[in-house]
Amino acid sequence: MVYKKGQKITTIMLFLLPSLLGLLLFSLIPIGSSLYLSLTEWDVIGGPPQFIKGDNYLNILKSEEFWRVLKNTLYFIILYLPLILISSIAVGTILNRKYKGIAIYRTLFFIPVLTSWVAGALIWRWVLSPEYGVINALLGYIGIKGPGWLYDKTWAMPGIVLASIWKDTGFFGLIMLAGLQGIDPTYYEAAEIDGAGRWGKLWKITLPLISPTIFFVTVISIINSFQLFPQIMVMIIDRNFAAGHVFVERIYQYAFKYYKMGYATAFSWILFLLIFLVTLLQFKLQKRWVSYDT
Amino acid sequence: MKKRMLIVFGLVLLFVVNLWMVAETAGKTVTINFANFSAGGDNTKYLEEMRKIFEKKYPNIKVKVETIGYNDYFTVMQTRIAGGNAPDAFELNYENFATYAKKGTLLPLDDLIIKNKFDTSVINKNALAAFTANGRQYGLPFSFSNVILIYNKDLFDKAGLAYPTNDWNWDDLLEAAKKIRALGDKIFGLYQPIQFHEFYKVVKQNNGSLFNEDMTKFTVNSPQNIETLQYMVDRVQKYNVMPTEAQLAGMGDWDLFKSGRLGMIVTGSWAFPDFIRDCDFQWDIAVEPGIVRKATHFFANGLVLNKETKKAEAAFEWIKFLSSSREVANIRVDAGWELPAVTYPDVIERYKKQALPANREAVFASLDYLVTPPVIEQFAEMSDIMGKYLALARDGEMTPEEALNEAQKELEQKIKL
Repeated sequence: MVYKKGQKITTIMLFLLPSLLGLLLFSLIPIGSSLYLSLTEWDVIGGPPQFIKGDNYLNILKSEEFWRVLKNTLYFIILYLPLILISSIAVGTILNRKYKGIAIYRTLFFIPVLTSWVAGALIWRWVLSPEYGVINALLGYIGIKGPGWLYDKTWAMPGIVLASIWKDTGFFGLIMLAGLQGIDPTYYEAAEIDGAGRWGKLWKITLPLISPTIFFVTVISIINSFQLFPQIMVMIIDRNFAAGHVFVERIYQYAFKYYKMGYATAFSWILFLLIFLVTLLQFKLQKRWVSYDT
Repeated sequence: MKKRMLIVFGLVLLFVVNLWMVAETAGKTVTINFANFSAGGDNTKYLEEMRKIFEKKYPNIKVKVETIGYNDYFTVMQTRIAGGNAPDAFELNYENFATYAKKGTLLPLDDLIIKNKFDTSVINKNALAAFTANGRQYGLPFSFSNVILIYNKDLFDKAGLAYPTNDWNWDDLLEAAKKIRALGDKIFGLYQPIQFHEFYKVVKQNNGSLFNEDMTKFTVNSPQNIETLQYMVDRVQKYNVMPTEAQLAGMGDWDLFKSGRLGMIVTGSWAFPDFIRDCDFQWDIAVEPGIVRKATHFFANGLVLNKETKKAEAAFEWIKFLSSSREVANIRVDAGWELPAVTYPDVIERYKKQALPANREAVFASLDYLVTPPVIEQFAEMSDIMGKYLALARDGEMTPEEALNEAQKELEQKIKL
């Protein structure tokens, strides 16, 4: 069919309208209004927002709480990132072999991903229980007195990390599997002829070739880490326990418990900027270690 | 023939007039919306019972009840109010009542009380007074419970101890707790949460207060309060008659009691139905011990009206009925659904006659020492700041003095009194 210029745009717009409308109503307008709200003081129930310029941002950056939250989040990332990379590569490698019934194993590893976080976290709360939990009981058999886990300021985050690894390994493992399956087996054959062992193949072939996948997993899991929320809410019952304070948890607390919507939205904009900067930095640094030639 | 026509005509006329009248009264029926969280779970059927009695009594008022789970309730209310969609009448817990009232979201009830000649003396005066702010009545008490000392008789017998009486003080409490703790490695003497609500009350037992007389300043780190917190923390850290968080290990304090491993617990009378169902040992209650004086806590959820409601009269009838009617009080007593906040002697007799615990008198004896929580706009935030430092002291990360000094500093900075 032949369209006149104006007609064509109209047709395109008509087809795009439903999704554009959705985008506008459920994303762009809320984003715009939250940006405005972050510059106001608003208690939601007591009248319209009062414009206070950048005060919320200044107060957040000046508060001891913000830096504590950032520290807790970084503590999580430092523990979580290496572990999730190792475990997902390991799971990806295991699932990449040709066993009988491999589909069953793939399903098993994926089950935690499908479990709701609330159910999973409730189970983990008991697994990590210092008195009645499985982990401390096992540690007890080999003569180690297990830590207080979720009730101890140093061990609370590692406890959350363990649960998160359990939950996320299946998902990232599957992504790693996709990366691994994209490797041409002839590389390994060539390497074997040249006398490369297991480690040699892993370091010289596998890892470089799946580096784009590793990069993807790293970016996504750092973003997820900044937005840590359900596991914290369910596993750490005491909201006043400072070692369990993280970004989204604080935002929720300020918005819906303390009636400080302006402060909460400013907090979420700071979170957005942080994630944005960290991701930008990762994209800049990827040139040094990610290779896209196959 | 003519006569018959007349009769038929008369009948038709009567029928039409009747129809018109029915239509007229039906047109006058008011439907009000009511939101609550208390009736969640098992209690839904009792609220439904109450609604049916109410609609029979007031045929012109229909109530649309909406029960929302406690965890989502306040988020939902917040959004509804912001969107101009709030129900005519709703329930608030104490913390949120203070915030809502101070922010001017609620309709003052004083005029309605006078206009309806509502005799408020049928409501427990402390419970009623709790729902005032800036000298006006903003709510009526819905559910009501107070805090008492509940003890495991079997453990007391095993330790060869006399049961707690209403005359006990802090020292008696600690001594008994130590003897029970000595019964076994996994048996604890006492549990009393170290958080804002408890601390607010326990400092009063020691003649302290978290605020100055006219509520314009925090006095969190006064010498009496430091002494009080030291006493509470010693029970965990020094004598370990109360479990640490790690020893509790995620087990709820009620569960610890119900498992028969806890001698005494300071908790609310709302625990009764649970304990009656689950405890396979003998237990009873006493008034909570004090030191310089006694002070006991109560918790009440309030019924309030939305400031924007156009059906204030009808909505007021409903909350008045829920708060003070004998019918509702009796349903509550029979169901064991907390304590009705009314003063009818026959209802109180009925409550005392319920089987367990034997010493139900203590519930009423405790009412003589009630302290009312402060009405502060930033209640939830204040209670969390306080809670954070109390937890640091409880876990031995700060001395009570350091914790309260820090709390005082942060509260002064963040909370407007």
